[in-house]
Amino acid sequence: MIAFWNSLPHIVQLLVKGLAVICVIFPIAGASSMAERKVSAWIQGRFGPNRAIVPWFAWVPFLGRWLQRLGVFNLLADGGKLLFKEDPLPGHVRKFFYMIAPLVAIVPAFTTVTVVPFGGYVDAAGRTVPLMLANVDVGILTVFAVASLGIYSMILAGWASNSKYPFLGSLRASAQLVSYELSMTLSVIPVFLWINSPGSAGSLSLANVVEFQALPGFWGGLWFIFLMPVSALIFLVALFAETNRLPFDMIESEADLVGGFHTEYGSFKWSLFFVAEYSHMLVGSGVFVLLFFGGWNPLPWLPLAQVLAGLQHLTGWSLWMNPFLMGAVSIVIFLAKVLFMIFFFMWVRWTVPRFRYDQVMRIGWRMLLPLALANLIVIMAVIAFLQAPA
Amino acid sequence: MAVIQVERKPLTLAERTYLPQVLAGLWTTWKRLLGPRVTLEYPEQRPQIPPGYRGVPTLVKDPNGREKCVSCQLCEFVCPPKAIRITPGEIPADSPAAHVEKAPREFEINMLRCIYCGLCQEVCPEEAIWLQDLYTLSGYSRGELVHNKERLYELGGTLPDRHLKWDRKRAAAERGNAH
Repeated sequence: MIAFWNSLPHIVQLLVKGLAVICVIFPIAGASSMAERKVSAWIQGRFGPNRAIVPWFAWVPFLGRWLQRLGVFNLLADGGKLLFKEDPLPGHVRKFFYMIAPLVAIVPAFTTVTVVPFGGYVDAAGRTVPLMLANVDVGILTVFAVASLGIYSMILAGWASNSKYPFLGSLRASAQLVSYELSMTLSVIPVFLWINSPGSAGSLSLANVVEFQALPGFWGGLWFIFLMPVSALIFLVALFAETNRLPFDMIESEADLVGGFHTEYGSFKWSLFFVAEYSHMLVGSGVFVLLFFGGWNPLPWLPLAQVLAGLQHLTGWSLWMNPFLMGAVSIVIFLAKVLFMIFFFMWVRWTVPRFRYDQVMRIGWRMLLPLALANLIVIMAVIAFLQAPA
Repeated sequence: MAVIQVERKPLTLAERTYLPQVLAGLWTTWKRLLGPRVTLEYPEQRPQIPPGYRGVPTLVKDPNGREKCVSCQLCEFVCPPKAIRITPGEIPADSPAAHVEKAPREFEINMLRCIYCGLCQEVCPEEAIWLQDLYTLSGYSRGELVHNKERLYELGGTLPDRHLKWDRKRAAAERGNAH
């Protein structure tokens, strides 16, 4: 099996891996829309969607009922509806740009996944090998660069819709993203300053960051959220703004802009925007987890490799250190953390009301940016002090 | 004491960061998340209908099974949307209720016109028409929503009646003091 996999041409391997990752992200993004409805319902004391059921599942004793109450079939019905309903093309839009805007949204959203590691295992030589599509040294830069391309889809959609509300929404989108991109980038610089020492070959790869949160010793095993809480906070707030989630959803703001840039869109094109938004959230949460929450390590000071080695020692099975098992466990832990972050996004959404536009700008420019700069300078000074030749 | 000037305190540093407030809000919503659900899952769970509810108007029979309506047509006159149509008829002399003399031959309430105002119930001297607790009325055709006499009695059923006015009247007449 492994030999067969290795005998495949490199390009085929990459294609299969890429499709596999997309096949995971697409359903999660879809399921997030249902999770959103459920979480909002629970917070508001409701049950949420719990009626739709496929007859065959109704015959399954407990599982069918449980899945029905969970709204799983509502999700499927929703997806089916979006796929098959009429795709209207309003007469007043600029057709070419109107058509490509959803694609421009979804391509960067899925492209960023390539540099995000989602698991890792220790190979026979004792090296940690991250599971990711492309372990490039510019990792985090790629995420920032490609993710911010997503804004073009909003501007394109707003402009091509040729109507007031989408246009206003896309204007707000561009202003907001420019404001928060700065703080976001500044907030991750300390992390990379910490893990790269002068003179050695530096790397911006996200896999490296995870390795640095799994080092032995008190400072080595500490997750960066404890080491640099201000950075984590700024990154989190900027992430909310970048993914257009409440309290920063100036772009969609159902109340005053109908739906923002996607007001004129319907059916499948609209759902592409939706999936793109949730993919952004997924990738953003993933990056946050990797940078500050220890990636696929279960707990601070408890790296995954150490946990599995301990289990092996306790039970006497050599299976624990099997690369496949370790990879699978790491993916599960990482996904659990990311899904918790997605839940956190929703939790915040149904807690905090939307900021006013001037508040958004004030927070971005007058609070977050100076804070990010101060944080960078302080941590730079600390690093210089620690790494100064004694 | 017309206007009370309230001093507006400047926000503290903690308040200006929004964080304590956001965290407090998250705690509130977390409690809600685990709290009870207040949804009434409608078709399976039905709401408790309070007494005096004005649902679909119906005709009722007295405990002896006699139809109470004497076709006086007051409800027909009072009905604001003119939803009621009564065709009066006589009670045959061999009927046990012959002393009541009159009963509707046909009684129609057009539920497409009815506004559930309850004036018919209020005006009825016989307490024969009642707005009961039926609140889900639907049909596949317009004809189905014009309730005829049979349907009205089917919906209405029998209500307890303490007066039994006509029986008392007959008993009084038999004793010789008609009024």
